[in-house]
Amino acid sequence: MKAFTVAKAVTALMLAGLVLLPLYSSMSGNIFILTLFTRIVILALAAASLNLIMGFGGMMSFGHAAYLGIGGYAVGMLAQEGVGSGFIQFPVALAASALYALVIGALSLRTRGVYFIMITLAFAQMAYYVASGLARYGGDDGLTVYKRSDFSGLINLSNRTQFYYLCLACLFVVLLLIWRIVNSRFGLVVQGLRSNEQRMQAIGFPAKRYQLVCFVISGMMCGLAGALLANNTDFISPAVMYWTRSGDLMVMVILGGMGTLFGPVMGAVVFLLLEEFLSQITEYWALIMGPLLLLIVLFGRGGIMGMLGRAGRG
Amino acid sequence: MAEPLLRVEKLVRRFGGIIATDNVSLDVAAGELHAIIGPNGAGKTTLISQLTGHLEPHSGSVSLGGRDITYLPAYRRCALGLARSFQITSLLLDFTAADNVALAAQAHAGTSFRFFGNARKEKGLRDAAHAALDRVGLLHRADVLVSRLSHGERRQIELAVALASKPKLLLLDEPMAGLGVTESQSMVKLLQELRKEVSIVLVEHDMPAVFALADRISVLVYGRVIASGDPAAIRANEDVKRAYLGDQHVVTHHG
Repeated sequence: MKAFTVAKAVTALMLAGLVLLPLYSSMSGNIFILTLFTRIVILALAAASLNLIMGFGGMMSFGHAAYLGIGGYAVGMLAQEGVGSGFIQFPVALAASALYALVIGALSLRTRGVYFIMITLAFAQMAYYVASGLARYGGDDGLTVYKRSDFSGLINLSNRTQFYYLCLACLFVVLLLIWRIVNSRFGLVVQGLRSNEQRMQAIGFPAKRYQLVCFVISGMMCGLAGALLANNTDFISPAVMYWTRSGDLMVMVILGGMGTLFGPVMGAVVFLLLEEFLSQITEYWALIMGPLLLLIVLFGRGGIMGMLGRAGRG
Repeated sequence: MAEPLLRVEKLVRRFGGIIATDNVSLDVAAGELHAIIGPNGAGKTTLISQLTGHLEPHSGSVSLGGRDITYLPAYRRCALGLARSFQITSLLLDFTAADNVALAAQAHAGTSFRFFGNARKEKGLRDAAHAALDRVGLLHRADVLVSRLSHGERRQIELAVALASKPKLLLLDEPMAGLGVTESQSMVKLLQELRKEVSIVLVEHDMPAVFALADRISVLVYGRVIASGDPAAIRANEDVKRAYLGDQHVVTHHG
């Protein structure tokens, strides 16, 4: 075990809090907090997946919310067609996300920098309009998911606590995967490409292949978040794919600390709690939230994780 | 005569109206250190970039060990045994020295589509990295971030990275650029060692170094090879003196 640091202590505290939350919820009878945190955990998963390509891979995708929609619609559409089994819905959600990522990635990765941001945004908006046009599945109004994914009695998604723990387990598994990937051969190549693509090509790595695989892995992870999200809200609409939602995910990643394992989780928790509590105080909450985020991004290099790291060094 | 390791034939590359590489042909035999010199703007870096695959020629051909590589992408040439160093240091600044070199070794040690094992704990890769760092005398800096290394040290890391891929041919684009006197001297010493192991194409401005090291020298002026031969012949060549060396008396004094 390496030295104690403030960042590690805060991270451990946050994770322990997430694990123990249902206990607090049932003791205090506060059901609302469990619902809120289920959403936070799901979006933390989405933010973590974005961080894999954005923080570690240097690929600034501005269309990540598309996967939330794809995963969600996979669940919603299958449910509508009478396929209620989660053993089918979830693999389909992952496969559809992977396919979308493969096509979009192959096209987008021909560009760099601002063009990459714009083209991923454009594709996500296309996905948004396609979803709006699905008349059979509610079009603009969205689609109600009348029955949550059925896992043959293995786990009951309609039970709040069980569903929360499923989401949390998914988050932890994804974080573990990201941690392993980041330190693997593959992960080092992807991070090397972020740092200096020309150098990596010169020592013999075909850049695009590695970036595309990373892009697909990240998309599948976010598709999983989408499938969970549709179950959480019992509803899926094109709104989850709207570009502002992609922006929210980016803010969570940057706020928490790009390229750190737990930063996006921290970012999601802080972002969504702020949004929740500020919106209870005033309907002009965005007026407070905006400048606050701006300050953190401007003065807290490396986001919350960066600030905690500096606090640890005194 | 045996097939040369590197054969460049009638290479042409234009930028708009400027012919940066004008019908360049040259051979590099296995085991040779071939220096390319020429005044600023002679097209040396343009030529190197076509050899490494960062730039495509408009016509002509490049072959390595008898295989045509004119239009192969950079990473494929690397797999065939071609390694380069950059004129302007190009490293992964937020990685340690050892990571930089280990990645080069990794590129030549099986697939990198491995998603689980910790690559920093792969003994083979670490050992290769440490060996290459030791070779350039920087083993004691292995775990330092490259962004914290001095310019001279980064030049040496460039070389270690190139070496870690176990190349057949090393393309060195001004390895002495920006080095102090002592640093230059140790770089020359290092290259003298390396040339026993690997063929080298050296592009360099430092004339004493070139004449001390090279088996053969090609002189590039305005994108054209105006002379090619051993150091003594180049030193005696009237065209070269007029076009390039001028009154640089150092050339006649050293070597």
